[in-house]
Amino acid sequence: MIQGIPLYYFLIVATIMFFVGVYGFLTRKNLITMLMSIELILNSVNINFVAFNRFLYPDTLHGHFFTLFIIAVAASEAAVAIAIIINIYRKFTNIDVEKVSEMKY
Amino acid sequence: MHITGAQIMFIIFSAVIIIFSILTVTSRRILRAATFLLFVLIATAGLYFMLNYQFLAAVQLALYAGGIIVLIIFSILLTSHISQKFEPISWKKSIFAALASVAGIIICLTTILNYNFKADSLAAIEIDMKIIGRSLLSYNKDGFVLPFEVISILLLAAMVASLVIAKKAKTKQQ
Repeated sequence: MIQGIPLYYFLIVATIMFFVGVYGFLTRKNLITMLMSIELILNSVNINFVAFNRFLYPDTLHGHFFTLFIIAVAASEAAVAIAIIINIYRKFTNIDVEKVSEMKY
Repeated sequence: MHITGAQIMFIIFSAVIIIFSILTVTSRRILRAATFLLFVLIATAGLYFMLNYQFLAAVQLALYAGGIIVLIIFSILLTSHISQKFEPISWKKSIFAALASVAGIIICLTTILNYNFKADSLAAIEIDMKIIGRSLLSYNKDGFVLPFEVISILLLAAMVASLVIAKKAKTKQQ
């Protein structure tokens, strides 16, 4: 199924996706859109792991399981981040990173 | 030049990934950005299907596309108006961020393309659910029982923590 597609193509797609996520993280001001940029970055790393596993070490499953664990970590990270965002919204009634500048409880 | 079906599928998936990820970080309506992110994640699941990791693609569809996107959309609906548009970002910030990203892409791609990956010609193992379940719970070579248990504790801790953070504080009057 992967004849005619070298490993480099997957790496190029993942690299572009990673730096698009970095661009979004640098320019966005809303907390939820920053969280979405982080999801893009994690996802591009997953593509890298899976492509390396399939092309370079096809007799093992290490990249496959590492990707599974990264997905689990991303899910728990998103849950905690959204809980924090909702709490911030309750206290400051917006979630703009430049308007929320107090750490006081 | 002869182009196979797999190559056409790969071109479609990677075009969807790149175009919609750029739209995700530049769209000024937040709900549309979340929808574009959903397309990116589904195309990534397509790449996993192309690499013959069916279980991983199913997990990607169920957890990322089904779970995280729904969570993000819920929190968008709770915290902002649907029709709200962001103010355009200042061109200075956008140009500097774009310069940093393009420089990063160029550095990474020159490094990657100059490295000679030695492709292994070993026979690929057949991946079915039995092998995945066995190696998740085995402690021998190629067993992953320790990270599996650590991840389960992490998930429990994250669940309890998000409940504790998000619950309403008791008011003084009560």
